[in-house]
Amino acid sequence: MEKFEKITGLVAPMDRSNVDTDAIIPKQFLKSIKRSGFGPNLFDEWRYLDHGEPGMDNSGRPVNPDFVLNLPRYKGASVLLARENFGCGSSREHAPWALLDYGFRVIIAPSYADIFFNNCFKNGIVPIVQPAQVVDELFQAVETNEGYQLTVDLAAQTITTPEGKSIAFEVEEFRKHCLLNGLDDIGLTLQHVDDIRAYETQRKQGAPWLF
Amino acid sequence: MAGKTLYDKLWDAHVVRTQDDGTCLLYIDRHLVHEVTSPQAFEGLRIAGRKVWRVEANLATPDHNVPTTKSESGARAKGITDPISRLQVETLDKNCDEFGITEFKMDDIRQGIVHVISPEQGATLPGMTLVCGDSHTSTHGALGALAHGIGTSEVEHVLATQCLIQRKSKNMLVSIDGAVGPGVTAKDIVLAIIGEIGTAGGTGYAIEFGGEGIRDLSIEGRMTVCNMAIEGGARAGMVAVDDKTIEYVKGRPYSPTREQWEAAVANWSELHTDDGAEFDHVVRIKGAGIQPQVTWGTSPEMVVAIDGRVPDPAQQSDAVKAEGMRAALAYMGLEANTPIKDIQIDKAFIGSCTNSRIEDLRAAADVAKGRKVADNVMLAMVVPGSGLVKAQAEKEGLDKIFIDAGFEWREPGCSMCLAMNADRLEPGERCASTSNRNFEGRQGQGGRTHLVSPAMAAAAAIAGHFVDVREI
Repeated sequence: MEKFEKITGLVAPMDRSNVDTDAIIPKQFLKSIKRSGFGPNLFDEWRYLDHGEPGMDNSGRPVNPDFVLNLPRYKGASVLLARENFGCGSSREHAPWALLDYGFRVIIAPSYADIFFNNCFKNGIVPIVQPAQVVDELFQAVETNEGYQLTVDLAAQTITTPEGKSIAFEVEEFRKHCLLNGLDDIGLTLQHVDDIRAYETQRKQGAPWLF
Repeated sequence: MAGKTLYDKLWDAHVVRTQDDGTCLLYIDRHLVHEVTSPQAFEGLRIAGRKVWRVEANLATPDHNVPTTKSESGARAKGITDPISRLQVETLDKNCDEFGITEFKMDDIRQGIVHVISPEQGATLPGMTLVCGDSHTSTHGALGALAHGIGTSEVEHVLATQCLIQRKSKNMLVSIDGAVGPGVTAKDIVLAIIGEIGTAGGTGYAIEFGGEGIRDLSIEGRMTVCNMAIEGGARAGMVAVDDKTIEYVKGRPYSPTREQWEAAVANWSELHTDDGAEFDHVVRIKGAGIQPQVTWGTSPEMVVAIDGRVPDPAQQSDAVKAEGMRAALAYMGLEANTPIKDIQIDKAFIGSCTNSRIEDLRAAADVAKGRKVADNVMLAMVVPGSGLVKAQAEKEGLDKIFIDAGFEWREPGCSMCLAMNADRLEPGERCASTSNRNFEGRQGQGGRTHLVSPAMAAAAAIAGHFVDVREI
């Protein structure tokens, strides 16, 4: 996993609540057996005017000029500002893969669906929770100021606005540690092989039908 | 000391170790694998040179991409015409063969939707932790198990370590107080619950479903309810073990036998919430007040009773919600205040991990028997949840009832629930569907989904528009 320490990036607003993972990456792209290459199909049904299928040359497709990520002012954004319950629905990790592949490293929203939230941390994306009022203010600031950028410092757990205002955010200690160091979860768990074996031995005695 | 909830008991029995910050290593008893969310996980194992920790804890089947029609030769495996879909299914076969994992391949009668086949085989047992790279894994909680969906990184983690790194959720009780009326099914109950708590109402919680309305349900009905816990935001839904649970599990291929059976039953009978245990949040809904439900919008929480009307955004005081309603109505091609019964459909789909078990098919066949699909309905399809469900239905003659009524009788798989195979809605088509998600584009780009129970879907197919199944 790619480390996350500190980034300063352009902010793009996604002003809809309950954005589901079917919208983030539609099902036809889930047929891929790879982890990469999903970026051009992020939000495919909103982003393009035609029907997308895997293997198409996306550069020649008609784009929806009204879709927010197609507006020139949000080109190159790496921070996605979103609304309530972002990432609801399917558990597809293709959703964070697509966001990452497109270039997003940070999401800021009032709330997330559990599985999506968890999947972000496994892929070097920081999903930040902020109160609805703070998110509202950021939406206004992004709307009014073209080129609006935020700096996100994971170690300090702060978002810094262009005016120099600092907004604190929460992140679980273990997840922060893994992100800062780009750690592989499996490698960490395998440091506890003895604990897993001991659990299995004890469980086999109490509930042998599970083995 | 306060008692424990069912969720507390299931959690505590599976903690391998706890870190200082409260993060736990949780042991996983059963891992279900399908073709869409596993290829990258197996690839990860290969790259790191890792083995599968406990091969026999895994069970695999292809379901999302499989065709629901047979090829001319009769062999289903040859029937995938889309080369990308075929590669994904072949990759699952290859990975399972390489790592030694049991897989019910496409031509195996035990193949089917992963959440249908595991309980059917007794591979889902009370007291287990069970995960799968699919959000509808919550289904298995109906048997008193702790079951939830995971992403592909976690699929790899479970394959390699038999554990997950987890933090405990909060406890929520959703109680259906009192019995529901005749003609009201498990699907109506869960849609009514989601209408009440909202699609994010269960976020951060594990939901236990209880009360008379839930206890009265069969195990298959409880699976329908737990299946859609995720549509209420909760990764896991569960129901306490009772005699119905034990009876359901008994004699299945993977169930314990002989002296282990007695010990298991003794253990399972503890799997209920203790008196005096406290929930972080309790929702009570009167069973008698629940009517057959129909969704009208693009989120499962956008749901009303069959005798209701499409809601009017002008009556919604919250501006953000009103805007969401307007967008949903525009996508759905509906006018506010239209009676639900006036909405005509183009297609009907009976199937999915929510509603493709034998009882679902019986309920739909009861309605279809001796009737004909309406002329304006261009396709009404029934997709059994597994090869064994299909065989059982055929033994009971349900296939003939459906075919005589003008329904198509298909091969098992996920099919038009998410339209990864060839079964899909065309832009603008309206479908009465027994599946679980009415998101934009879910059943095909531009398709319009109304979620209903199997009996309501069959009734809509016959009438050509939504009707109250209790009135036909």
